[in-house]
Formats: sequence, structure tokens, C-alpha cells
Amino acid sequence: MSNKENNLPKKSILSAQIDLSKFTLATAEEKAQQDVMSESTTFFKDGMRRLFKNPLAVLSIILLSVIIITIIVAPMIVPYGYEEMLSIDGKRDKGAKNLAPFEYSQAEQEYIENGGERFPHILGTDEQCRDYFIRVIYGTRVSLVVGLFASIIVLIIGLIYGSISGYLGGKVDLIMMRIVDIIYALPDMLIIILLSVVLNEVLVFPSGTILAELGTNMISIFIVFGLLYWVSMARLIRGQILSIKENEYILAARSIGAKPGRIIKKHIIPNCLSVIIISVALQIPSAIFTESYLSFIGLGVKAPMPSLGSLANAARGGIMTYPYKLVFPAIMICLIVLSLNLLGDGLRDAFDPKLKR
Amino acid sequence: MSDVLVDVRDLKQHFPIRTGFMKTTPLKAVDGVSFTINKGETLGLVGESGCGKTTVGRTLLHLYEPTAGEIYFDGELVTKKNIGTMRKKMQMVFQDPYSSLDPRMTVEDIIGEPLDVHKLYSNKKERREKILELMNYVGLNSEHATRYAHEFSGGQRQRIGIARALAVDPQFIVCDEPVSALDVSIQAQVINMFEDLQAKLGVAYLFIAHDLLVVHHISKRIAVMYLGKIVEMADADDLNNNPLHPYTQSLLSAVPIPDPDIARSRQRIILEGDVPSPLRMPTGCPFRTRCQYATEQCAAECPSLTDRGNGHMSACFNK
Repeated sequence: MSNKENNLPKKSILSAQIDLSKFTLATAEEKAQQDVMSESTTFFKDGMRRLFKNPLAVLSIILLSVIIITIIVAPMIVPYGYEEMLSIDGKRDKGAKNLAPFEYSQAEQEYIENGGERFPHILGTDEQCRDYFIRVIYGTRVSLVVGLFASIIVLIIGLIYGSISGYLGGKVDLIMMRIVDIIYALPDMLIIILLSVVLNEVLVFPSGTILAELGTNMISIFIVFGLLYWVSMARLIRGQILSIKENEYILAARSIGAKPGRIIKKHIIPNCLSVIIISVALQIPSAIFTESYLSFIGLGVKAPMPSLGSLANAARGGIMTYPYKLVFPAIMICLIVLSLNLLGDGLRDAFDPKLKR
Repeated sequence: MSDVLVDVRDLKQHFPIRTGFMKTTPLKAVDGVSFTINKGETLGLVGESGCGKTTVGRTLLHLYEPTAGEIYFDGELVTKKNIGTMRKKMQMVFQDPYSSLDPRMTVEDIIGEPLDVHKLYSNKKERREKILELMNYVGLNSEHATRYAHEFSGGQRQRIGIARALAVDPQFIVCDEPVSALDVSIQAQVINMFEDLQAKLGVAYLFIAHDLLVVHHISKRIAVMYLGKIVEMADADDLNNNPLHPYTQSLLSAVPIPDPDIARSRQRIILEGDVPSPLRMPTGCPFRTRCQYATEQCAAECPSLTDRGNGHMSACFNK
């Protein structure tokens, strides 16, 4: 029967002929179904989604958030200052020396029995009658700030140096990278110690400013980071840029008439952003570590400002009698470094397209 | 002729290649190429891989600094100094639609980049309107503006690339194998779009390809390149029906014919040997090592591109 409906003359027995009148036009809805497109996500969103699927990374984010919230909120709640020697009603409490966690001194107990209220010493007190909890909190603050700022300094210098070297290439690249090699060969610990000795003599800050509060040692740590630690970042970014530069879209941008500055800013940097984020996340713990051991050997922040390293150093004296004083700052360093390392690993897995699952 | 838009004279592009310690040998990617393109005209440029087609296109736009030779655009010599303003008039469409679009930019920003660079708008609204107009030109939906390049198919990506080239309203576009990365049905769409845009906007193209059929379809004139030199240049039909240079003849004999009966009956000219390395060019005519008509004269001197009547240029002593 179908042959009758199909009134076309057959050209060949084997030819497959189609009667166009049998076809109807597709509706708009059907057309839309054909228009298959992947879900609109950005590279960043996609990476974040993968990051939040990684349990270790999520754990480290939670841990870091808890630490950060604590160091912001705790000084508002705890009524003691980090350099304040404990006193009751304006009278120094000389008995509040080396208290164990949650222990009150005799004078404090009398005060509480008389109806006064006293905030507990969560981690006890140190040998100068200062609340230890608030000192650990401030130490964590200092360590995190140092880690963050040192990483930012390293990032800025490494980014500028690496992108210029990678983008220009050729002889410029050769010379710039040899300078990096030379700096890489310097023993950094020795330079840090020498620099802090020299800077201690040279740098004098007017008292009352933030710089004076931090102390010359702290500034010299920043300077040392600025001078020495940017090299690995610069190398990393140079390598990234060398490979990104070969892409045709860079050539396309040049053919449009874009200047090198614009090409670096708009095309190259966004394309190596994931690598930058990851290496900064991994740079922070290494900076915290450096600060801690510098403070431990007495080249860190100036007393009475505590840092986790200097707290650990101070606790060394009474390690047999009061071991918890070493344990608390040490645990804090471990938690921060561990969670930042895990976060860095998670970021690398999430943003590396080759590891896409 | 007053309507000559692009005039290329004896263009040379040599790249220094390190061949040993402290020793470099020039790689003659383009070695003395001359041609003209009229306003609103298409010149096709064909040749096999590595013969310098792409280098010609890129050197025209000063993406590479030419070793020697002059490029005149609209009667004005293109130099390193004025290339900034020249790039408002000359643009390029790239071969690979996958790597020529920045994966971190939305379509709107990709197409808008030339507008940003040359500051061709006074406010955000004007910029957006221009971008939508361009997208409309190349057949993209306006709702695609906020999407990223990786969400599109090859043909759509090439349209984005074309819209970007059109953004500055150029008079001349170098199309560097714009369809060779696309499959055949999409190729036809994109080529037809190129033709429509030429009719609408009057742009001239240098259409680089290695597919003779595609080039014949779109071009008014065709130039054939071999090892950095143009060996034959003629009107598209003339070249197709009456190729003079033995290299062109062998190229044409290799074009697939959709009819098996005709295909079986024609004679294939199969070239022997490989393309010589551009680092060690043969003396005289570059094609003589593979040419069946080669004589002693071919080894001694290089034939120049001469007119064989009716504007049909060929660089061969024998034809």
C-alpha cells in the first residue's frame, strides 16, 4: 500500500527514495531539545564543586575556619591581655604563677568565695603570671598573619618576575633565570640569621607604630621572604607562562592589537590562576614553619608579643614540670600546617584538569 | 590599479634555527613572495603542510617581523610603528577553533576584546549592542553571550573567531585554514558565511587552505605555494582548467572526484620523494628534485614568476 501513497517514479530498484511531503517541520520545543549544550559552569565553579567533594579538603576548611573564628572572637571574650600580668582589684596576684589548666590561684579563690567572678585560665598561666590561653591565641594570630603576608610577598614578587621572564623569553629569560639560580643556591637559614642581626642594628622604627610593635625580627623575616623565597614561585609561574604563551589565543590577542601588559593580565594570568592558588596555599604553611623555628631560636617576634614558636621555646625550660605548655602551641602549629597542606592538596586535585574524574 | 588593497613585494621570512653550538642556519619559511589583493576580493593560497602558507598570513599582520620585503596596505607601507592602527583594518581568523579562543573568557568578552583594545565604544551599553550585532552577523544566538568557549561546537567556535575578527570592521581578513579543523558539512556553512559577509561588508580575504576544492569555491584568484615560494598564480577557473606548473598539475590530479568512473579514467601524477627540508633547499628551482620535467637549467637558476598571458603567472622554465 505504501507504494501507492508514494507516487514518485522509481529511478532505480535499489535507490532509497524519500517522499518529502511525509515530513513535518520540527516545533520550537523539539528544536530546543536538539540544542544540547553542556551546563554553563566556569572553570572556577567547577573546581570548587570538586573541592567540596574531597572530604579531607572539607575537613581542613572547617578546621581552618574554626581556628580563624577562635582567634578573632576569643580576645573579645577572654578578659585578659596577652602581656597583662594577672591582678585582682588592681593588686598584682603573685600566686598566679605557672597554674595548671582551669586552676585558680589562692588569691583568686578567695576572691571568688567573696562573690567575685573570675574567668577561668583555660590553659593555665605562665611563669610571669600571664594567661596562657590568650597568649596561644595571639601566637596563632601572629603565625597566621606572618604566613599569609609572607606568602603574599612571595606571590607578588614571583608573579611579576616569573611572568616577565616567561613572556619575554629569549635572552631576557636566560639572564633572569640565572639570577634565580644564584639566589636558589644561597643557604637561606644563614642569610636569615645574618640579615636579622644586621637589620636589628640598622632598622629603628618610631615607637607606637605597627612596625615597632612587630619588631625588627619580624620585619627581617618579611624582607628575607621577599628576597629569597620568591624564586620557586617565579620558576613555577615562568614555566606555566611558557606553555600558555604557545596557545593560539595569545597570538589572536596579539593580532587584535593587544599590548603585552594586557595579554599577561587578561589571558595569561587567568589561565595559570589555579596553579597560583595552589602554590600560595602550600606556601603559607612553609612560611608559618619558618617563622616558628625562627622564633624558636630567638630570631622571631619581639617579646612580649608571642608567636607559636617563641611560646614553644619559652616552654622548653619547664618541660619536665609543665609539659602541656609545649604541647599546646605545638598542636596549634601542627593543626594549621596540616590543614593548609591538605587544603593545598585538595585544591591541586580539584583544579588540575588532568585529574578530572 | 587604484583598488589594490594589499600589495606584498618580495616578502621574506627567515627563522634562525640552531643547528649547532653557536651556529644558526636560516630556515627560509617564506622566500620572496609577491602578490596583490584587490578590495573585496579573495585570494586563495594553497600548498602542502610546511610550505609557508601560515607564515605568509602571520607575517602580513606583523605577528612575525618580516626579514625582508614590503607590505603596502591601501597604499601605505606597513611598519612596526603603524601596525597598531593597521590592526584596526587587518584581522585574522585562526585555524584551530579550540585553541584560538581563551578558555577563561565568555563569548561576550572574546568578541568584545578588539573593541576594548581599540576603544571603539563610549559606554557599556554600546559595547553590548555591538557585540550582539556581531553575533547576529555570524549566526550566533544572543543568549550565548555569557557562555564560555568550551561549551560550543567547532563550527560555533569558528563563528566566534570570525565575529572577533569582524569586530573592528576590517577591510582585510587573513583566514588561516579556517575550515580545515571542521567537518565537511560545517565547512560548507562556514564558507558560505564567509561569502555572505564579503558580499555584505566588502571585506577582502587571503584564504589559506590546503584543500583545492574549498579554495576554488571561495577564491577569485589562487596562488600555489611550494617551499616558501609562489609557483603559480592565476584566476581560479583558469588554474583549475589549465594548470601550467608541474606542481599544480600534480596537486590537481590528487583532488578527489566524487564520481568513480571519471576518477578511474584520469591520470594521477604521483610525485616521487619527499619535500626537501627548508634548511637544505635545493639549488635553482625548489621543485626540481621531484619534477619529472627537470633539466640542467632548473638546477642552475631559479625560475621567476612570469606572466604566461591573461594574468596567468607561473614559475617554471618549461611551461
